[in-house]
Amino acid sequence: MLEIKNLRIEATSYPPDGLPRDVVLVDDVSVSVAKGRVLGLIGESGAGKSTIGLSAMAYGRGGVRLTGGQVLLNGRDIRGLGPAGLRALRGREVTYVAQSAAAAFNPAQRLMEQVIETSLTHGLMGRAEAEARAVALFRKLGLPNPETFGDRYPHQVSGGQLQRAMTAMALCPKPDLVIFDEPTTALDVTTQIDVLAAIKDAIHDTGVAALYITHDLAVVAQVADDILVLRHGKKVEYGTVAEIITAPKEAYTQALVSVRSIDHVEKGAAPSVLSVQQITARYRGTSFDVLKNVTIDLPAGQTLAVVGESGSGKSTLARVITGLLPPARGKIVFGGRTLSPDLPSRSKDDLRELQMIYQMADVAMNPRQTVGTIIGRPLEFYFGLRGEAKRKRVQELLDQIEMGKGYIDRYPAELSGGQKQRVCIARALAAKPKLIICDEVTSALDPLVADGILKLLLNLQAQEHVAYLFITHDLATVKAIADRIAVMYRGEVVRYGTKTDVLTPPFDDYTDLLLSSVPEMELGWLENVLAHRKMASAGN
Amino acid sequence: MRRIPLSALIGLFFTGLFLFTALFAQWIAPYPLDAVLGGVWEPPSAQFWLGTDTIGRDILSRLIYGGQITIFVALLSSLLAFGLGSFLGFLAAVRGGWVDQLLSRLVDLMMAIPSLIVALVVLSVLPISLPVLILVMGLLDATRVFRLSRAVAMDIAVMDYVEAAKLRGEGQIWVIFREILPNALSPLVAEFGLRFIFAVLFISTLSFLGLGIQPPLSDWGGMVKENKDGLVYGKSAALMPALAIAALAISVNLVADWILSRTSSLKGGRGA
Amino acid sequence: MHPILKLVVQRIALGLLLLLAVSVLIYAGTEALPGDVAQAILGQSATPEALANLRESLGLNQPGYIRYFHWLGGVLTGDFGKALTNGQDIGQAIAQRLGNTLFLAGCAAAISVPLAIGLGLVAARYNGRWPDKVISGITLSTISLPEFVAAYFVIYLLTQVFPIFQPVAMVFPGMSFWAKLNAVALPVIVLVLVVLAHMMRMTRAAILNVMQSAYIETAELKGLSPMRVIWKHALPNAVAPIISVVVLNLAYLVVGVVVVEVVFSYNALGQYLVDHVAKRDLPVVQAVGLIFAAVYIGLNILADVLAIVANPRLRHPK
Repeated sequence: MLEIKNLRIEATSYPPDGLPRDVVLVDDVSVSVAKGRVLGLIGESGAGKSTIGLSAMAYGRGGVRLTGGQVLLNGRDIRGLGPAGLRALRGREVTYVAQSAAAAFNPAQRLMEQVIETSLTHGLMGRAEAEARAVALFRKLGLPNPETFGDRYPHQVSGGQLQRAMTAMALCPKPDLVIFDEPTTALDVTTQIDVLAAIKDAIHDTGVAALYITHDLAVVAQVADDILVLRHGKKVEYGTVAEIITAPKEAYTQALVSVRSIDHVEKGAAPSVLSVQQITARYRGTSFDVLKNVTIDLPAGQTLAVVGESGSGKSTLARVITGLLPPARGKIVFGGRTLSPDLPSRSKDDLRELQMIYQMADVAMNPRQTVGTIIGRPLEFYFGLRGEAKRKRVQELLDQIEMGKGYIDRYPAELSGGQKQRVCIARALAAKPKLIICDEVTSALDPLVADGILKLLLNLQAQEHVAYLFITHDLATVKAIADRIAVMYRGEVVRYGTKTDVLTPPFDDYTDLLLSSVPEMELGWLENVLAHRKMASAGN
Repeated sequence: MRRIPLSALIGLFFTGLFLFTALFAQWIAPYPLDAVLGGVWEPPSAQFWLGTDTIGRDILSRLIYGGQITIFVALLSSLLAFGLGSFLGFLAAVRGGWVDQLLSRLVDLMMAIPSLIVALVVLSVLPISLPVLILVMGLLDATRVFRLSRAVAMDIAVMDYVEAAKLRGEGQIWVIFREILPNALSPLVAEFGLRFIFAVLFISTLSFLGLGIQPPLSDWGGMVKENKDGLVYGKSAALMPALAIAALAISVNLVADWILSRTSSLKGGRGA
Repeated sequence: MHPILKLVVQRIALGLLLLLAVSVLIYAGTEALPGDVAQAILGQSATPEALANLRESLGLNQPGYIRYFHWLGGVLTGDFGKALTNGQDIGQAIAQRLGNTLFLAGCAAAISVPLAIGLGLVAARYNGRWPDKVISGITLSTISLPEFVAAYFVIYLLTQVFPIFQPVAMVFPGMSFWAKLNAVALPVIVLVLVVLAHMMRMTRAAILNVMQSAYIETAELKGLSPMRVIWKHALPNAVAPIISVVVLNLAYLVVGVVVVEVVFSYNALGQYLVDHVAKRDLPVVQAVGLIFAAVYIGLNILADVLAIVANPRLRHPK
């Protein structure tokens, strides 16, 4: 069906301070997809996976050009097609499902019009037939009220539903090949599993070929038949799912497969450093409690992971603890003292001992300050260090975060994503804190880089005896580093305890749903979970 | 070292030239401001490089002196607009609450009427003198600077690094001057260029309407007014000051454009 | 009430409130500033008795807020009072001239709006290529020109270098429509030139903004023809920003009119205002200033209302 041979893709980059130059995005990549098969493309950001996906439609974003090799679709090289030929191909033989369906739908048109548009413009079927097919697809994809779903506008339905509607839009014209570009990445984990199952079913029932692009190996292992691992635009490894998951040959693939297997032994009981007692909080001007009666406890030198999906209140909890949002009720005991509810009235020691690391390291550092200034400021502010003493201490901290010499006078813009996050860790560490709040600190990073950060955090904990309040939506991360876990749902802590207790059945309903929704790097996991859920609900 | 694009170089050169002649007008101008030296509307000659005006004064000399006044008034009023506007804008962004509400609503009200109309209304009462003109133009323009600097400061104030500074326990002075100001500087400098152009056009327009710089002083707008009747007879004297206004405005625009593009390129990418 | 209707009503009410505040500002701005109106009218040599008499007849001895409400009451019933300089009825004088101003601005709008949208579309369509560069280059330089400078360049070019038009625009009652049109040709060209640049650049930016949306990529990946992409997917979403761009620039036209009328000695509202500012004729300045402000605010309200109505999220609430 689709055969890509020795593909080479280039783009022109326009650096602000130099001449335009050509950069190679993809080099010498060959794959093939047969009818009814699903090929997974996997890699970090910048690996060129979306670029390859779009090349199957001979489409390049913003000046991206196909400069070498062949893209054979149904036996002909589509690189040679003119504009009219490409239009006949796009939306008919090959269709596309974007990562953010919310942005990919035209806000000014009803969903039905958009779903059946290609079927009509390419003359594939009449309006009545197309609408009937769309309704059938809505039903197959598990959308509510399939008969009337198409009458709505994009902003009137949820993100998970839009992603399914986009899949329906791609399948409606009966294409030969569908490209899925990270279709579940933007969704919450409990939503992701349903969408994933719906997509997988739809692919199998219609018998199309598919390219499935993602950065999450565990996800692609559920839907793909073959996997191509990419890095920096080049092939790393290409094989069946079973080969890649169970017997990866290349070191990079092995690292990807084993990325979630940090060995962390839960620590025993210890005196508490932070105790949050019956906190209730709401934002100013609203009448809705974002936190309801939250009580948690964090032993000194240990890690408490706060897990939850978007809207669970986990980030609000961090704001309450730091004093940015004074709670309506309840109190916080930190290092034996009761903390004042609002920031301005806290003592300098309270502030020093409670540090924070953010999700987006880019915006957590002032772009006009050097690494030396960023890390040096807390040293100066809390300990009065200046001049050579300060610089020496900054260098010690840099050594501790494994960045070594030569970084002290650089600006954040000159660092990679992982390095930026390391500098933020050093800044927090500089204050010699008892507790660091980590707010989704690895979510914006590629898996291998994130893994490095987690290992660094664990090492630092062993050296410095610092406690972490680790806020995340990612259960794999939780398993890797937590000593205690609090599961949050709609502003409440639904489950709290040591890691072993929280992760051992019997579960409450939400924790069960959450835990079972996290994709595992295991063939047939998706089917097992769904079968298990069906049995459970039949049993009730 | 970043390469300066050609357009910005041209802009910088002419902006510099205008500032230089304005600064040293007394030494550069070949003739005194008010000396009647030749016939009416003489064409350019070796003696009068740009010809003579409606009563026989040297246009080049008047252009140089006029530029001094135009640039002086525009610069002072945009400095006033800037100092006042950016200070109040930052204050509104950092303090928030009723300070922000009061200032913002007041500015909304002032901006609900075109500045030219406000200026005309106000100048119908006040005596037309240099300080009054500078004050009126500066106050009117301060509203625009206020909006921009408040918006820029608001954008920066929600950044995590500002939150990090607050959590560290830093005071408001550190937050404004060390965290916010360095990051707001580039857009504000570019805006200063645009405000300066606006002030040049504004004072020229007022003078042209007879409500700006009053004789015996004369700026470029006034010179267009003095010589406009010549156009009907094909005398191009009025075009010289008009050209000067356009040239100054365009060259400052080129510089401001360049600063603005530098600002945006600093934000994205890791240009080492 | 439908949420859209509610928003529209709110916006209009807010606009009227703003207009009221502006009327206070204009009145207070002229009355409260230092400077004695009576002195300004009679000059430095006036006798104290004459000054006192004039103050009495102008009602200057009453408190400010009473004079304001008196004035406002008059304005609302169409009575703007009498000009200080010649005792002419201001309402009548405005009525004579308002039509001329609207005619001039209307002609300029009728030409510049379609032209700006057309050029903006062309520039956006050929983004970064030569048609875009030519259009953007020319408009960048016209943006840097004040209205009167542009006017004299046009006058010199079209009456001296190429003598096509008359440099003065005289219109009087009883002139035929075509004669009027011919008379205002030059000022209209100038206004179009000045307003076109802003309008076109903002239109281009609005279209480019929409063209970069993910849903346009979706449409292209559906293999739709370029025309269908533009008509079905780009335009419905670009209409709202373009409308507000156009209306905001029409408000800008209101100011341009004042200067251009003076350049061409065109007997209309702007000329009337500038004349009376020089004569320090307060009642006239207040009245005409308020009318200009009202038009400007009215156009801004219109822009907001159209933007509300054109927004699909507001038209089809959840």
